[in-house]
Amino acid sequence: METYSFLRQLADSWALLAMFAIFVGIVIWAFRPGSRKVHEDIANIPFRHDDRPAASPGDDPAQ
Amino acid sequence: MLNYLKLIVLGLIAIFSMIAINYARDVAYMIHAIIILAVSAGLFVWVLRHTDEPVTPAPQNEYMDGVIRYGVIATAFWGVTGFLVGTWIATQLAFPSLNYEWAQGYMNFGRLRPLHTSAVIFAFGGNALIATSFYVVQRTSAARLWGGGLAWFVFWGYQLFIVLAATGYVLGSTQSKEYAEPEWYVDLWLTLVWVAYLAVFVGTLVKRKEPHIYVANWFFLSFILTVAMLHIFNNMSIPVSIWGSKSVQVFSGVQDAMTQWWYGHNAVGFFLTAGFLGMMYYFVPKQAERPVFSYKLSIIHFWALIFLYIWAGPHHLHYTALPDWASTLGMVFSIVLWMPSWGGMINGLMTLSGAWDKLRTDPVIRMMVISVGFYGMSTFEGPMMSIRAVNSLSHYTDWTIGHVHSGALGWNGMITFGALYYLVPKLWNRERLYSLSMVSWHFWLATIGIVLYAASMWVTGIMEGLMWREVDANGFLVNSFADTVAAKFPMYVVRATGGGLFLTGALIMCYNLWMTATRSPAVEADAAVAHATPAE
Repeated sequence: METYSFLRQLADSWALLAMFAIFVGIVIWAFRPGSRKVHEDIANIPFRHDDRPAASPGDDPAQ
Repeated sequence: MLNYLKLIVLGLIAIFSMIAINYARDVAYMIHAIIILAVSAGLFVWVLRHTDEPVTPAPQNEYMDGVIRYGVIATAFWGVTGFLVGTWIATQLAFPSLNYEWAQGYMNFGRLRPLHTSAVIFAFGGNALIATSFYVVQRTSAARLWGGGLAWFVFWGYQLFIVLAATGYVLGSTQSKEYAEPEWYVDLWLTLVWVAYLAVFVGTLVKRKEPHIYVANWFFLSFILTVAMLHIFNNMSIPVSIWGSKSVQVFSGVQDAMTQWWYGHNAVGFFLTAGFLGMMYYFVPKQAERPVFSYKLSIIHFWALIFLYIWAGPHHLHYTALPDWASTLGMVFSIVLWMPSWGGMINGLMTLSGAWDKLRTDPVIRMMVISVGFYGMSTFEGPMMSIRAVNSLSHYTDWTIGHVHSGALGWNGMITFGALYYLVPKLWNRERLYSLSMVSWHFWLATIGIVLYAASMWVTGIMEGLMWREVDANGFLVNSFADTVAAKFPMYVVRATGGGLFLTGALIMCYNLWMTATRSPAVEADAAVAHATPAE
C-alpha cells in the first residue's frame, strides 16, 4: 500500500480511536472520586503567594 | 568567564554584520544588518564596561518583576502603534488617495497591512503573553523565574524580532505567508528567543513550590510549545543567498498552502486563544477575588481545546486543490470546537457568580467580562464560517476581517487591557489605579469601536459576497469587482471610525497607567509588610 493511503487510513481509524480514548480517559480522571478536594486546593493557588515566593525550608524567616 | 564568552560572540556577530552590510543583495537585508551591527556593538561595549563588576546573586525570596514592568510598557506601546497603523490603513481603504505618491513602495496599504497585523498580534499580543506568563508562572509556582538574566534575553530578543519584522515589511522583505511574513534569518532569531522563553517557563515550573501546576500555566505552556512547533514547520525554507533576505519554501503547491493554514489557524488557536485563556484563568479569578467556577471544567476545556484545535486549519482552504476529506475534516473539527470554547466561556463568566455586583462598581472586571463575551461570540462565528456552504459566501470578503477583529479587539484586546489595569498598580506598588472613570471611558470607547467595526464588516462582507456571485438570466456575472469596491465605501468609513474610537480608548489607558505608576498613592510601607506575611 502507498505510504499516503496507509497513513490516511491509520489516521481515521486507530489513531483517531487512540486519541479519543486518551481524551475520555482524561475526563474520567478529572471526575475520579476524591478529586474535588484536590481541585479546590489547586483552584486557590492564585490567592496564596501574591507578593513573594514560598520560603525554602532552610530560609531564615527573619530575613 | 561568561562575560568573555559573551564578548567573543557579540564581536563575531558585529564583524559578520559588517561583512553582511558590504555584500547585502537587497535594501531590507542591509538595513537589518545595520540594526544587528548597532545592537551587537552596543551590547559589546555594555558587557565590556560591566565585565569585572561583582555578581550579586538574585534574591530568591523575591519575584522577578523588572522584566514584567518592561513587558507591560512594551505591550502598551506596541498596542497603540498597531492600532494606529490599523486605523490608518482602514482610512487608506476608504480614501485611496492616502496612498501617497511620495511614499509609494513603503507606506501603501500592501506594505502597511502586515505591519499592522504583526504589530497587533505579535508585538502587542506577544508582549502581553510573555509579560503575563512570567507574572502568572511566578505567582502560581511560588518561585522566582528560572534562568537569571535569561528572561531579559527573551524580552529584548523579542523586541529585536519585532523591529526586524516591522522594518522588513516596509522595505519589502516578506516570504508572503500570512502571519509568518518575516524572512529566514528573522525566523531563526525568533526560534532562538522562543527556546529561551520555553526554558525560562519550564525551568520555573520545575522549581515550583506548589505541588500542582495551576491551569493557567497549562495553557501558557501549550501556547509556547505549539507555537514553537508551528513556527519551525511553516518556516522551512532555503535562503537564496546568505547575503540576501530572499528564501524559497521547501514545500510547494497545496502542501505549502496546507502547512501555512495549519500554522495560521493554530496561531489563532494557540497564540491568540490558549495563551490568552491562560490570562483569563488567572486574572478573572484575581479581579473577582474568587476561584475559578469549576476547576474540572477548566481541565476538560484545556484538553478538548488541545485535541481539537490542531485539526481545524483546512477550513481556510475550502474549494481549493486540497482533497475534500481534508477540508471536511477541518470543518468538522471547527464545529466540534464550539463545545470547549463555550465551556471555557461559561467557566470564565460563572467565576463571577455571587460577585455580579462587581460589574457595577469595577470597570476592570467589566472589561474582562466583555472580553470573555467576545471570546464566546467569535468562537461561535468562526465555526459557523468554517461550514463549507457559509464559507462559499464569506471567504475572501470583509466578513472574515470583521470576525478576526471581533476576536482580536474584543477578546485579546479587552482581556489584555484588563490584565494591564490589574498589573500596573501591583507592579509599581500602588494602592489603586489613578482613575476608574478613565477605565470606564476606555471600556465604552473600545466597545463601541468594536461594535462599529464588526457590524460594518458584516454588512459589507455579506454584501460583497452576494454581489460577487450574482448572475443574470444568461449566467453572466452582474457586478464588476470595482462595483463592489464602490458599494463598500460607507461601511469603510464606519470601520475606520470604529478603529479610531478603539485607538482613543487605548491612548486614555496609556495616560491612566502612566499616572498610576507615577502619581497614584503608594502602598504604605507597614501595610505592605502586613500584606506580605504569609497567610497560613
